[in-house]
Amino acid sequence: MIFNDFSPTSSTGDLTFDERLLRRLNLDGPLLVAVMALAIAGLAILYGASNEDSSMVYRQAIRLGLSFSVLLVVAQISPQFLRLWSPWLFVLGLVLLLFTLHSGHIGRGAQRWLSLGFVRFQPSEIMKIAVPMMVAWYLHDKPLPPNWKQLFPLAAIVVIPVVLVAIQPDLGTALLIASAGAFGAFFSGLRWRVIIMLLVLLAIATPILWHFMHIYQRERVLTFLNPQRDPLGAGYHIIQSEIAIGSGGMFGKGWLHGSQSQLDFLPESPTDFIFAVLGEQFGLIGALVLLALYGYIIARSLYIALRAQDTFSRLLAGSLTMAFFTYVFINSGMVSGILPVVGVPLPLVSYGGTSMVTLMAGFGILMSIHSHRKLIAS
Amino acid sequence: MARIRIRNEWLERHQFTLRILCAGVVGLLLLVTVAIRLFYLQVVNHSRYVVLAENNRLREEPVTPPRGLIYDRNGVLLAENRPSYELVIVPEQVPDMQTTIAALGKIVNIEPDDIKRFDSLLATRRPFQPLPLRTELSAAEVARFAADRQDFPGVDIRATLSRYYPLGAAAAQAVGYVGMVSTSELAKLDPAQYTSTSEVGKVGVEAFYERLLHGSVGTREVETDAQGRPVRVVSYTPPVPGSDLYLSIDMRLQEVAEKALGDNSGAVVAINPQNGEVLALVSTPSYDPNPFVDGISQEKYAALSNDPNQPLFNRVLRGQYPPGSTLKPFVALAALNYHIVNPLKKVYGPAVFYIPGSRRPYRNWDPAGCGQVDLAEAIMVSCDTYFYSLGLQLGINDMHRYLVDFGFGQPTGIDLPHENTGLIPSPAWKRRMDGHAWYLGNTAITAIGQGFVLVTPLQLASATATLSMQGKRYAPRIVMAVKNPLTGALKPLPPHPLPSPPEADSGAWKLIVHSMREVVANPAGTAHAISYGAKFSIAAKTGTAQVVAAPRGLHGEGPEMDLPKKLRDNAMFIAFAPVDHPRIAVAVVVEHGGYGAATAAPIARKVLDAYLLHTAGGDVAGP
Repeated sequence: MIFNDFSPTSSTGDLTFDERLLRRLNLDGPLLVAVMALAIAGLAILYGASNEDSSMVYRQAIRLGLSFSVLLVVAQISPQFLRLWSPWLFVLGLVLLLFTLHSGHIGRGAQRWLSLGFVRFQPSEIMKIAVPMMVAWYLHDKPLPPNWKQLFPLAAIVVIPVVLVAIQPDLGTALLIASAGAFGAFFSGLRWRVIIMLLVLLAIATPILWHFMHIYQRERVLTFLNPQRDPLGAGYHIIQSEIAIGSGGMFGKGWLHGSQSQLDFLPESPTDFIFAVLGEQFGLIGALVLLALYGYIIARSLYIALRAQDTFSRLLAGSLTMAFFTYVFINSGMVSGILPVVGVPLPLVSYGGTSMVTLMAGFGILMSIHSHRKLIAS
Repeated sequence: MARIRIRNEWLERHQFTLRILCAGVVGLLLLVTVAIRLFYLQVVNHSRYVVLAENNRLREEPVTPPRGLIYDRNGVLLAENRPSYELVIVPEQVPDMQTTIAALGKIVNIEPDDIKRFDSLLATRRPFQPLPLRTELSAAEVARFAADRQDFPGVDIRATLSRYYPLGAAAAQAVGYVGMVSTSELAKLDPAQYTSTSEVGKVGVEAFYERLLHGSVGTREVETDAQGRPVRVVSYTPPVPGSDLYLSIDMRLQEVAEKALGDNSGAVVAINPQNGEVLALVSTPSYDPNPFVDGISQEKYAALSNDPNQPLFNRVLRGQYPPGSTLKPFVALAALNYHIVNPLKKVYGPAVFYIPGSRRPYRNWDPAGCGQVDLAEAIMVSCDTYFYSLGLQLGINDMHRYLVDFGFGQPTGIDLPHENTGLIPSPAWKRRMDGHAWYLGNTAITAIGQGFVLVTPLQLASATATLSMQGKRYAPRIVMAVKNPLTGALKPLPPHPLPSPPEADSGAWKLIVHSMREVVANPAGTAHAISYGAKFSIAAKTGTAQVVAAPRGLHGEGPEMDLPKKLRDNAMFIAFAPVDHPRIAVAVVVEHGGYGAATAAPIARKVLDAYLLHTAGGDVAGP
């Protein structure tokens, strides 16, 4: 249960072997179980989404294993240590981002990849962690809520990486980084009138943003507003996705029996549109179970943020959680046709590597925050 | 002066808790929004999306039935489906279309027309569908391509079935041909049946029996992927193949008749009088039907249709000729039927006949006249002046009525399309046509088969068959049996009896048959020349029909063969044999052949010999 937590003040003598093991490993049992359940369900959905391509599932399982070891390692790092290293990680991320822009690999029309000789990765992924860390680091020793003057460095911490990622162009990741930073500011107690003012500023800036958007990004927004305007082009994804979900009905067509996904009508079914595969094969019931699982993970993570003992941990835990929520909402919203198509995967379920490592690192941080609380009564 | 802010740990925590709760509630609401959207898609609009998904997934493809084959009465194949090879290209597998087509052009012959057709297909079909670039590849072209196949990714040779007429021109006038379905034809056909059929019968048996030959289209329901490629067959309804047809034509007889006509333009029709089966149907010159199958080229078609000998013109069904003296036996029967003549009374047949009160001469073909002749003798020597007089006594109205009852002036009802009616004139018809009155002179020349009267060779043969059977009349039929495509059972088509001409007493029939027998048997008969060496009895009537209004005095004066061929009369001839139990009735027309006795009669004799001496003319010998 979300709030059924072993208290750090209770004596270890009352704990079972499993609980002792979890404590020793600095892990949070409920969160761990939920994340594992999600990952395993994800593998099954992926098998149905990839035309029963077991090698694809195998590769994804390897990635899950690697990512899980990252979680285990990160969970051992104390929040104090994370805080000390926050600025350096942020600077490293910035340098890599600039370097990527200068000489990165071009994949699928965007310059996102950086090769380290043996492995290629996206520096923008680092920023998904580094930006909320930097926000929390910047605010951790200041009286909250931040005052006017502090707002400008805060804005710079968020906006610079976001712009660097957006011009790659990778709108999805830029959105996720922006949301992580924004939620950090929000949790610091930013006054409502400041929040409203910022939102108004954003609304004014939208036409300017539109001007800087790539044509395909504008297409996506226009297509979202009216998918039928180009049913075989830009609108095809969303139409086929809605057909897949809608035809699944209450109980779905059964695992591996989705005509939309098995017959390739649904584009990018193993990656960004895997939620539609779930909707087609497992129906409304399956989709709601998955949403509930996400809901549980988010609620548990917010609870961890609530129980955190210092400003840095609180802000970091809160913003990482809400960034995860943003992932889930943007993906499920776009696949079901209530948001425009943005390249955001369904976390821990969509096929793909780098984002999974970052996500697991995020959960590692949450577990570290929860397990490294000082054993003093609050 | 900066205001000093003091951290309030409790306040900050409180604030943070509120914000977390706020974020949690908003997050929950947004996830609930997604859930509501899912409910809307998956429950409220479920059935709509099920239909959309099925439409995505399933596609119905027609399966073309193989067209029925056509055989002659002895099982000789007249129309078959031959595998033909076409060069097909799958556009999405071809790296560069221009270069590929250019390179292919060095191996196989590619016309600009082929490229034009291919380009229009390219624009309308999906890129994974094989599109034909060239059809009807020759064996050499197939071999050349096969040797270089590895150089042409996405290009292949595909075998299809295409109609082929192995005997070419020999049976073309009876069998007809198929051609590409035109849009106007498609409007008349069942569109569901012709979704995958490109060929349809245009003329002949191919056209008349289109429905039987075509069969019934099958369907294959295939599941396709998003690119439209078939993934698997969901259900399959096999097509019902077209029925095989057995014609009553005897190809051996057909070839004999064709050869006998030689270079002449003309027609030969042979009918079995016992049931109306057409044994031979020859119209010369003929044409090769095979180029029509895949769409004949402009030049070839122009050459055929501009040929002065009109090879595309089916003379048997559509040629309308004045019957000349071959009409006399039928006029005589009419006179007997209406009891206006004493057949045994000898009458003087002068060289020239005058209608009482008129000074216009009506000549006999023999300027010597016929002397004293009775009805039978008048037929035997083909006495024109006897028949002028007889015609006037009979009158045009009775003559018209009786000839129509015999089947003249109307379609015979044969199972072939585009039949002409011929013409038996009447005063009412003439008034309708030119507003002028009917003159007695018109009656007189109608009685000898001249003037306005027109018959088709088929009508003439059919009437001869009826006469040989003493009034028993059958519609001519060209298809004698149909093979059930599913059971393989052969179903003979029954004869199609027609009402007999008015019952002249049997003595009348016997008299006319006797007189026609005398035409051949009697040394004075006009066709006595063909009696030599005949192993069976023959009854016949010659005819020589004026084609153009030749200069006065030309006809019957001097040997016709000296005239330029265009001005020569048409030679006509009707015959049946054996006389007492007729098995074959023949009508022969030789355009510009001159005397019927000289040109047409020997052709008829060859046909009779071929049929009665060398063939059984028996049952269908098909499988």
